[in-house]
Amino acid sequence: MSKNRILKFDQKNKQVHFYFDGVKLTGFEGETLASALIANGIKLVGRSFKYHRPRGIMALGTEEPNALVSIINGNEIEPNIQATQIEIFDALRVESQNRWPNLRYDFGSILSLFSNLLPAGFYYKTFMWPSSMWKTYEHFIRKMSGLGKASNKELDSNKYEHINFHTDILIVGGGATGLLSAYIAGNSGLKVLIADENPSLGGSMLYENDIKINFLSCKIWANKIIKTLTEMKNVTILSRSTVFGYHDHNYITISEKCHGNSLQISNLTPKQRLWMVRAKKVVLAQGLVERPLTIPGNDIPGVMLSASIRGYINKFGVLPGNEVVLCTNNDDTYRTAKELIRVNANVKYVVDVRKNSSGKIIEEAKKLGIKILFNHCVTSISGNKEVQKVEICKLSNDGKKIINEPITVQANLVGLSGGWSPSVNLFSQSGGKLKWDKRLNCFKPHEHVQDEITVGGSDGVFNFEKSLTETYKKLNTIVKEFGGNVNNKLNLEIHSPSMSNDIKPFWLIPSSESIKNQDKAFVDFQNDVVARDITIASDEGYQSIEHLKRYTTLGMGTDQGKTSNVAGIGILSEKISKEIPSIGTTTFRMPHTPITFGVIGGKDIKNLFDPIRLTKIDPWHRKNKAKFEHVGQWMRAWYYPRQNENMQNTINREVLNTRTNAGILDASTLGKIDIKGKDSRKFLNMIYTNDWSKIQKGHCKYGIMLKEDGMVMDDGVTACIDDNHFHMTTTTGGASNVMSWMEEWLQTEWPHLEVFLTSVTEQWSVISISGPNSREILRQLKCDINFSNEEFPFMTFKVGSIEEIPVKIFRISFTGELSFEINVPSRYGLFLWEKIFKTGIKYGLMPYGTETMHVLRAEKGFIITGQETDGSVNPNDLGMNWIISNKKKDFIGKKSLSITSSLKNRKQLVGLLTNDPNKVLPEGAHAVKNINKRPPFEMLGHVTSSYYSPNCKRSIALALIKNGHSMYGEELFFPLLNNDVISAKVVKPVFFDPKGEKLNGI
Amino acid sequence: MLYIKCPYCGLRNETEFSCGGESHIVRPNNNNNLSNKEWAEFLFSRHNPKGVFLERWVHSSGCRKWFNIVRNTLTNEIYEVYEMGNKPKSSVGKKAYENSWRRLTKAEMISVRKNVKK
Repeated sequence: MSKNRILKFDQKNKQVHFYFDGVKLTGFEGETLASALIANGIKLVGRSFKYHRPRGIMALGTEEPNALVSIINGNEIEPNIQATQIEIFDALRVESQNRWPNLRYDFGSILSLFSNLLPAGFYYKTFMWPSSMWKTYEHFIRKMSGLGKASNKELDSNKYEHINFHTDILIVGGGATGLLSAYIAGNSGLKVLIADENPSLGGSMLYENDIKINFLSCKIWANKIIKTLTEMKNVTILSRSTVFGYHDHNYITISEKCHGNSLQISNLTPKQRLWMVRAKKVVLAQGLVERPLTIPGNDIPGVMLSASIRGYINKFGVLPGNEVVLCTNNDDTYRTAKELIRVNANVKYVVDVRKNSSGKIIEEAKKLGIKILFNHCVTSISGNKEVQKVEICKLSNDGKKIINEPITVQANLVGLSGGWSPSVNLFSQSGGKLKWDKRLNCFKPHEHVQDEITVGGSDGVFNFEKSLTETYKKLNTIVKEFGGNVNNKLNLEIHSPSMSNDIKPFWLIPSSESIKNQDKAFVDFQNDVVARDITIASDEGYQSIEHLKRYTTLGMGTDQGKTSNVAGIGILSEKISKEIPSIGTTTFRMPHTPITFGVIGGKDIKNLFDPIRLTKIDPWHRKNKAKFEHVGQWMRAWYYPRQNENMQNTINREVLNTRTNAGILDASTLGKIDIKGKDSRKFLNMIYTNDWSKIQKGHCKYGIMLKEDGMVMDDGVTACIDDNHFHMTTTTGGASNVMSWMEEWLQTEWPHLEVFLTSVTEQWSVISISGPNSREILRQLKCDINFSNEEFPFMTFKVGSIEEIPVKIFRISFTGELSFEINVPSRYGLFLWEKIFKTGIKYGLMPYGTETMHVLRAEKGFIITGQETDGSVNPNDLGMNWIISNKKKDFIGKKSLSITSSLKNRKQLVGLLTNDPNKVLPEGAHAVKNINKRPPFEMLGHVTSSYYSPNCKRSIALALIKNGHSMYGEELFFPLLNNDVISAKVVKPVFFDPKGEKLNGI
Repeated sequence: MLYIKCPYCGLRNETEFSCGGESHIVRPNNNNNLSNKEWAEFLFSRHNPKGVFLERWVHSSGCRKWFNIVRNTLTNEIYEVYEMGNKPKSSVGKKAYENSWRRLTKAEMISVRKNVKK
């Protein structure tokens, strides 16, 4: 039997061995690491964040601020897990944190000696000068302070998943009121989900021995209810599940640990699961959190929350210490005193800061011989790495002063109770407003916004019996609202300790010269915020609670100030003599209890993070060792390097070959929209800037669409298939935007137009064959189309078949060469591509990718929307005035275009030729007219596209330059980041075949 | 996460929808006659109330239909969902509609439609 194991733990539970900092210890399955450590007599569990002070276990549940450890699993480290939330199992390995070289002898604890030199804002003030040194300071500061270390570059190998769930009623918390709520709702046939963060439901009923329901101990009663709930098909029970987010419209997020073992058990089950729940009604039954008292030395291992001591005794059968001093401002601590007596611990004193209390429980405690010191207070707790002695002083009549010399008492366990805070985090997240309860000294729910109710402790009801009877009433009302059966004649005869609700606000012990170590009175244990920090911050003007929080880091740890926020507000309130309600609370943000990134990601990671789209011809690209680039979600072949060929050489080869022989490009990713209906022309006339009234069947037309602000949005070629039938193409990246854009106009502004849009991007594979030999290559195929210039002129299309496959061929060109874009039902795409490629080899046909496509079009000065345009460029700026119809009365962007076109000093598209033909300008480089000695320079614009052009045998670039159209022949300078300056001449943006003679081939 | 009742598909999560801003802004058809200021008013100015707001949404990952909702921007309460071209029927929605600051008259709406049809 371990040192502090006072009671036989449930015999059914298996003994297990675990390792804490490498030391083998024993415990029982079903208990927490915190309980097992206490059982093994281990008090020192971690080092604090800033001062490296020794810290132990303070609480029973998720409010624990101190006992953070790392779980080690091979190379994987899961840091900052509360010892109170870890269920132990065989071979579990945990390590303490923030210490070096080890927990007992921590080098960093030297900081503790200087703690009065490290007040709030110390780092802000001290390490600001010189500011350039911050990077140096930061390295050391980060190393010294902090929590656990994350895994060393290892990917988290565990599995996580998401689940959606709809329910009538979601109950948060499986304590007394939560269980009763689930029982009533479940019995009436409603669909119920109940979630609790502990391994089993029951809450405090699992350890409150002094409460009897219907003459049963409340634990037995709870277990009976749990068993009934388990048998109900309409009730889903989630244990080990933290409800961490309350979002709009009763959307709740829950993080479920799928098993007690915190390691991944098998590949079949996930480690954690994210529940995304939409509930018609939410019942918040989260209970209360006890607050400590702000006393110097209150962070020393062995100082615990009073009710948590009781919890460890009755839930796990462990006693954290046998010489006990309790200090309180309320009646609940007397329950702990009684339990301590029951297990034969020596309760030296119950120190009560109140003058007296009317609760019957006080009389019962007195009868047991417990020594009570009313109107006294513990003024100091001291000890080396664990509590050794406690000093107690008498308070003056008004309670504001200390009036005699302290009594010193030896003790190894101190229980503190500074009152109780309802868990209102989810209520606040839901938008609900809080109200300060003067009598109970806590914030409690006041105005409800969403469809939820609060019950029991989290509603601010401290009395056990009252909380159950109120819950009973509230739930029956809800069941009635849902039209369920109210047949829950639940007779509850409850016997609970008779306590008064007298709680005395006692935020900070009165100062007196006899009290040493004023700066060791901790408010926020996890972030090492002491009472003095709050008073300093307030002296320096940080009196808004939100400012105070950020300056002192109060409540900013992983525990989110569960035990500390209210005390901090209380101390500030006394310091600046302002009522607590007018100070208010900081905003409660999710998550209140930490969750993992893994559970947020779920399965949407790696390949599933963002789906990629592949063309039907993709296998060929892979087989031929293409390099790929992402274009939106598409993976497009970028270039096809031959053995030992670098990128530039590959591009040069592909570009030259396309202009001398022929090239083949997979253009399947182009957006394609099928437009039908009798008003299609009218519609196109509104969407595009040019005139579509007269386009005839079999013809194609290039169009630019503008946003209503007159700026270029997208471009592409649209073909007239029939009088009322068009085939629109868009840019690869713009396809879905254009579709949505057109749908929006049709549905919202012109619902009377009869136009039907269908996205057919994926229905067609597009093979673009370009270059002087392209016609000859196509002629070799079995095809019923005449490819001559006369029969098949530029900007027309033909329908026919190649190798018995139906095709639609567009004679359009993005390279300036003779080109055919062959559209084929996508399932034939790969077949036809291979066929054409094989046929074309003897004509010098080579595949080319998107990079070569970019060079070829830049040689011709063709724009790419999104590259030459950025949402602030209109067609006139691009020198494309010809595409704007003057005849049309209206089109989208017309009015704005007429306004922006009359503006001066617009940036206009020009070509650039660098003075050194081998220097390629970086895209994005800024143009200036003169090089000054130092900034500022007047920036005239920037390079939008820039390549080496093997056909021009020099570098070429496109740029948007202020008044560029009137600057042809002028020289501009481009200062680069490496202090180099490239000079270039402004030219018209056409570098190759300016007359377009190559368009018709040979 | 809002729970939005698409008039065609029923209640769905917000992630299926996209918001399209203020409702009942009609594109003026006689825009050549508008002053720059009037045009800018149509193009850029939007109501941004703290409270009830009439706004357009599209079920972009669903049926792709546009519709209107009456939403309280403070509490996110949705009072009503109604189809494109309709007016709000709820008392809250009606009031917001009456107070809507750049609403065209019915005659203007009809003339807009006629003009596009020409």
